[in-house]
Amino acid sequence: MKTPDNLSNLVKQFCQILPKDSVLAKKEQLSVYECDALTAYRQIPRIALLPETQEQIKAIIKICKKLQLPVVVRGAGTSLSGGALPHAKGVLLNTAKLNRILEIDPENRTATVEPGVTNVAISEAVKPLGLYYAPDPSSQIACTIGGNIAENSGGIHCLKYGLTVHNILALKILTIDGEIIDLGGKHFDSPGFDLLALMNGSEGMLGVVLQATVRLLPEPDGRKVLLAAFDRIQDAGNAVAAIISSGIIPAGLEMMDSFTVMATEKYCSLGYPKDAAAILICELDGFEEDIQSQVLQTQKILDSHHATEIRLAKNKDEEEKFWKGRKSAFPALGNLSPDYYCMDGTIPRKHLANVLEEINFLSKKYGMSVANVFHAGDGNLHPLILYDANRAGELETAEQLGSEILQLCVKMGGSITGEHGVGVEKLDQMCVQFNSAELQTFHSIKSAFDEYQLLNPGKAIPTLHRCAEFGAMHVHGGEMPHADLPRF
Amino acid sequence: MTDIRELIASRVKDAYEKGCALKIHAGNTKDFYGRNIKGIPLSLSGHTGIVEYEPSELYITARSGTPLKEIEHVIEKENQILPCEPPHFGAAATVGGMVAAGLSGPRRVSSGAIRDCILGIEIINGKGEYLQFGGKVMKNVAGYDVSRLMCGALGTLGILMSVTLRLLPKPVSEQTLAFPLNTSEAIQKMNSWARTPMPITGTFHDSKNLYIRLAGSRSTIEKCAEILGGYMVDRSHAFWSDVKEQATDFFMTDKPIWRIQVPPSTTPLKISGSSLLEWNGALRWYASETETSEIRRITEQAGGHACLFRRRSGTEDIFHPLSPHLLEIHRRLKRAFDPNGILNPGKIYCDF
Ligand SMILES: Cc1cc2nc3c(=O)[nH]c(=O)nc-3n(C[C@H](O)[C@H](O)[C@H](O)COP(=O)(O)OP(=O)(O)OC[C@H]3O[C@@H](n4cnc5c(N)ncnc54)[C@H](O)[C@@H]3O)c2cc1C
Repeated sequence: MKTPDNLSNLVKQFCQILPKDSVLAKKEQLSVYECDALTAYRQIPRIALLPETQEQIKAIIKICKKLQLPVVVRGAGTSLSGGALPHAKGVLLNTAKLNRILEIDPENRTATVEPGVTNVAISEAVKPLGLYYAPDPSSQIACTIGGNIAENSGGIHCLKYGLTVHNILALKILTIDGEIIDLGGKHFDSPGFDLLALMNGSEGMLGVVLQATVRLLPEPDGRKVLLAAFDRIQDAGNAVAAIISSGIIPAGLEMMDSFTVMATEKYCSLGYPKDAAAILICELDGFEEDIQSQVLQTQKILDSHHATEIRLAKNKDEEEKFWKGRKSAFPALGNLSPDYYCMDGTIPRKHLANVLEEINFLSKKYGMSVANVFHAGDGNLHPLILYDANRAGELETAEQLGSEILQLCVKMGGSITGEHGVGVEKLDQMCVQFNSAELQTFHSIKSAFDEYQLLNPGKAIPTLHRCAEFGAMHVHGGEMPHADLPRF
Repeated sequence: MTDIRELIASRVKDAYEKGCALKIHAGNTKDFYGRNIKGIPLSLSGHTGIVEYEPSELYITARSGTPLKEIEHVIEKENQILPCEPPHFGAAATVGGMVAAGLSGPRRVSSGAIRDCILGIEIINGKGEYLQFGGKVMKNVAGYDVSRLMCGALGTLGILMSVTLRLLPKPVSEQTLAFPLNTSEAIQKMNSWARTPMPITGTFHDSKNLYIRLAGSRSTIEKCAEILGGYMVDRSHAFWSDVKEQATDFFMTDKPIWRIQVPPSTTPLKISGSSLLEWNGALRWYASETETSEIRRITEQAGGHACLFRRRSGTEDIFHPLSPHLLEIHRRLKRAFDPNGILNPGKIYCDF
């Protein structure tokens, strides 16, 4: 089946199904795609394609299958784990031109869109109906729904309204065999296995998302935003656990440490309490009457956890100001350091204070600054390790530090990634979280969809061989990790 | 608390080597759901106990044979609930059976399905290997989402050994309102109310009346009741319990009972017999003697699917047929988890 094709032959084949300017093969054209938002990993693809229709994607996949060419699908390329990193021998398939909203169904509260539609475009399109699409990653103006599905992305409001997997109703998937399968629908559950759930978070390795139907929610009746400052980071951590266990599910509950507060103040000076060790931002939404009582309750909890200051936004402007610091935290930190490396571990909330302390210790041990700004309500940490890639060895040190942080998360009963995905970045840490039989299960699932490993090969699931080399300390019920594999 | 994991794993290994089918069960309350199958019975009802419950973390981990009523009792004391409000269909219902069957209750409209509250799972696959997926945290994208894949798979992909579920705070108060409306009017009303932020956590129509459940603070409920009108229903809790447990007259019939799912706002289906509606109209029950093929044709046309839920003759297909490509992927996935086809073979579709 395999035919050794030279590049010009390939270009010719793809030009038969795509307009000429949608087939890119020159080095300067391809360099745009050499990395996603995890810039430490770079690779130029053999060829990049920009289809405009689902039919064209189908034709592309057919050729790739025939020639056994690896395919990496790319949405907006905002992945933070190298999920969209191209394959040297393969095709980069960019969905950017498939950006049409195909249907808005107010009766059933759904929108059906092409994969390249940006996250925010959906909410904007349905705003006049009083509806919105709930998952709101910070990258929402750029990232695409196809990428969101592949990564099962979250956002500030996922604490109350769920992740991407909870908000996708139907998918049209193109398999590498060139067949279209329809999963889910505007109805609620589907017969057979829950492949809809399986697709979410599968990092583009099981099929190409051609179309998605998302669930729309009504805008809440009202909302209130609180900001609280703490002298001790432990108090802030414990306040988070206390709010949730009191029976309140905030729409968002975010935390920033003093380093991040300092950086954002420098960046956009919003009047955040500058001498605080940590601040919490808490958004409550729902029916007006319910929010009133929840605000009082939350204030009481914050107070009893020694908040040094509690502010309640008086109007929309102030609400936006409270959120603005949180939302500009990444660029603000980016201003302080040439490079940063963003981690994404999750832990049970009750360990927040301890883990933050431990991260502080690791930061000193490695001599690198770590800023913490994260989704506290669901225990999803984003430690940002600041480094300078131009200084020899700094990237490696940052990666080592990051790896220790993730192993700490696993030890605490958490996960190496909450929403950014494994990609190429956390392959070694996967060996810490899973044993060889579990990893083998993942490989078998992959093969059930993609026998020849053509879709985004090498991502997300490490080979057992790699894990044996990494020698991860995964202890599963007292067993030696990967005891059955030879060590090198 | 017993732990019979090793015993079960070795029985599965044995069955794997001999290639003999196992019929997995626990409380037998949902045995009727799915196709009739043969196999050596393998009971999980001895594998009980709550392993971990952290009210402040909003999760519970329990062994699969743990009775649902025990779990609900324990979390109730902490003012928490299972978001999916699962039906028990009998006192012996277990949490493993709940996940395997994947049947959600009335609160599905507001708090999601059973699969939505699954955080992690431990299974024994068809080779007798003990595997863990997911965890205790809400956000976790390491590896494929095997935990949710187990939900509704009726034990055909793995023997569920323990599950970790996300919990929700119990609503401060609830109130049920009734509205005398016919089916078309009810569908229209439910779906227009669903476009408002009113905290509606259950909808039910019995061909004469539409019932809706509101949840929140007293003042919110009063305000919504004022907007909506209708009249108050006493014993709200008992009412919804009857709905989810199917303790209403509708189910006391000799006719086949169909469980049909369509887009919620679909106008009444042209299927003869009596019907009930839940989930804003997305779930429709029919007691009907209409031909199977006709029912499937009508639901498919409406963009939905039909399941023959109760009172079937025994040999027919229960679930809506899958497209050939989808079926092929199901077969391959089945082989990935259960290469010798020993776990509840034939429970969902005849060939796996
Ligand atoms: C500043 C910044 C802030 C961020 N904030 C958040 C946040 O708050 N929460 C969060 O969860 N993430 C966040 N991210 C990460 C990132 O934005 C998300 O992972 C996003 O979903 C990626 O979407 P994309 O369109 O850019 O996908 P890409 O980066 O292009 O691709 C990501 C993965 O999706 C696959 N893929 C893309 N389209 C398809 C398709 N049609 N079919 C199959 N596979 C496909 C790719 O192959 C790849 O594996 C942030 C990133 C940045 C840079």
